[in-house]
Amino acid sequence: MSVLVYAQNWDGKFKKSSFELVSYGSKVAEMLNTSLICLSIGTVSDEELKKLGNYGAGKIIRVNNEFCKILDNQVYTDIIAQVALKEEASVIIISNNTEGKAVAPRLSVRLKAGMASGVSKLPLSIAPFTVYKRTYSGNAFAHLVINTDIKIITLAQNSFSLIETPNNAGIEDMSVSIDSSLLKTVIKDTQKQTGRLLLTDAEIVVSGGRGMKSPDNWGPLVELASVLGAATACSRPVSDEGWRSHEEHTGQTGKVIAPNLYIAVGISGATQHLAGVSSSKYIVAINTDKDAPIFEVAQYGIVGDALRVLPKLVEAVKELKK
Amino acid sequence: MKILVCISNVPDTTTKVKFVESDTKLDTAGIQWVINPWDELSLTRALELKDDASAGVKSVTVAHVGPATAEPTIRKALAIGADDAFRVNAEPADSYYVAAQLAEVIGREQYDLILCGIESSDYNGSMTGGMIAEFLGIPSVSAVSDIKIENGAPIVIRETDGGREVVSVPMPFVVIVQKGIAKEPRIASMRGIMTARTKPVRIYEPSAKEPLTRITVFEKPSPRAACKFIDPENPGQLIALLQNEAKVI
Ligand SMILES: Cc1cc2nc3c(=O)[nH]c(=O)nc-3n(C[C@H](O)[C@H](O)[C@H](O)COP(=O)(O)OP(=O)(O)OC[C@H]3O[C@@H](n4cnc5c(N)ncnc54)[C@H](O)[C@@H]3O)c2cc1C
Ligand SMILES: Nc1ncnc2c1ncn2[C@@H]1O[C@H](COP(=O)(O)O)[C@@H](O)[C@H]1O
Repeated sequence: MSVLVYAQNWDGKFKKSSFELVSYGSKVAEMLNTSLICLSIGTVSDEELKKLGNYGAGKIIRVNNEFCKILDNQVYTDIIAQVALKEEASVIIISNNTEGKAVAPRLSVRLKAGMASGVSKLPLSIAPFTVYKRTYSGNAFAHLVINTDIKIITLAQNSFSLIETPNNAGIEDMSVSIDSSLLKTVIKDTQKQTGRLLLTDAEIVVSGGRGMKSPDNWGPLVELASVLGAATACSRPVSDEGWRSHEEHTGQTGKVIAPNLYIAVGISGATQHLAGVSSSKYIVAINTDKDAPIFEVAQYGIVGDALRVLPKLVEAVKELKK
Repeated sequence: MKILVCISNVPDTTTKVKFVESDTKLDTAGIQWVINPWDELSLTRALELKDDASAGVKSVTVAHVGPATAEPTIRKALAIGADDAFRVNAEPADSYYVAAQLAEVIGREQYDLILCGIESSDYNGSMTGGMIAEFLGIPSVSAVSDIKIENGAPIVIRETDGGREVVSVPMPFVVIVQKGIAKEPRIASMRGIMTARTKPVRIYEPSAKEPLTRITVFEKPSPRAACKFIDPENPGQLIALLQNEAKVI
């Protein structure tokens, strides 16, 4: 028996979210009284892989072959399934990010393993195996029992803190044989976003809504984000109007994020907006209307005109960082 | 080319959800049921492709697993413009069960493109599409923000963490759609509503499949502490609180 974590890499590097996933896996392994195995797919250096050991990995498996270069959901499913069977994994843990969502459901069918997605806590019990998962777009959480021998969990991003438990984990290169006819994805073109902090990775997000009044008013909001080292986001009408890029739209039909701090400026707090941000640890609202629903979910609020408040906040942060 | 759009039937997204029977069931009293927002958008995109004669789309079918109470939602999809529909007459027990039922019919009726949403707004599974594909042993492309058809072959754009890729895969395959797939959901015209009544909805009894998971109880998120208001003339206070009290900056 073992717990298997699939640790995704980005161009050969892990992110903080990968280490959160490993920390979580290590706690689950502890609950089950078994060891944690981390799987990495693709080209990742020994030095980088070793970092997984700092968060409790007992063994690190690297699978790297010509089929791993692009994300083909069938190929990746095949690799993870083979490793899981070889290592007799009873729980498989994957991030609930874009890649996790693409691969984990296939794996569930392949292994006939019950799956829970968007899990945000350690299992509530081991027998029956019960997890805590998001439902109704964050308006409720469910206790979900998985009945199968193998269980698959996708962990919600930013829902578990890093725990350092250094383990001098060994690296094993495992060769798995892939049926070449599985690889059907052809990438015809790639556009990479460079330089900017990814919204889904950001720990602080400053977000603007229709209360910002015009695309020309975004200067102080962007500056506040910049001095805080934050990413910028917006409500749906703002991106629909073309005031800001679609990449920034958060909510039910946009990105779902869970930063440590979400600053909502001129956003009323419609349920569809909250569906994307309600898992943030702290919410700050700046709004002229003291009855705006955003204040019901915020811990800190300022009733005031965004365009007057923002420059003062920028000054205060600059003062602090001096 | 035959397109299938899988739709789930969900409470209107403004619903304040409540639970009954010791928090084991959704309180359906007064709930307005709608097509899951993503599915409405994927249906819209499927119909746009059908309108474009050069794309060669013969039909757009809508699929649903659910009891007869979901009938109005299916009719709405037909009113918006789908040609026909099928419903598997069963409670959607979990995503695995739903996907198994859908895969069974898809295998029989043979669709070239199967569209699913990235998640249903009630179960938030993000699972059904990938599961259908694995049951059928066909490719799936996830996080798709656009579908085009060039010379009879679909080209999709998938969003990645930090960029996008233009991808082609051979049909049949499952497309899991997300933001961008269509701008505004298409709405039913008067004529659409009239003709929807006579469009065929095939009803199938479920095949023997077992769900793998079970929800035992629902919980509401723990209420957040009341909001602390800060003097708008002195927002510096906020920064101090974020640093010393919340410890997030
Ligand atoms: C199916 C569906 C899906 C949806 N998905 C999303 C989604 O994913 N994301 C999303 O955001 N929305 C979504 N919506 C839209 C949502 O219902 C709201 O319409 C939207 O979130 C409102 O955006 P807003 O808060 O920016 O604007 P408004 O609701 O217009 O609010 C503007 C706020 O700014 C305040 N204000 C005005 N002037 C100032 C000032 N000078 N300083 C400070 N505050 C000021 C006002 O008091 C008000 O509270 C969806 C809707 C539907 C039907
Ligand atoms: N009961 C259902 N009937 C048909 N399609 C469904 C059903 N449930 C989910 N789907 C499809 O699967 C997608 C993702 O749902 P989920 O896996 O529940 O998050 C939805 O957007 C639909 O396209």
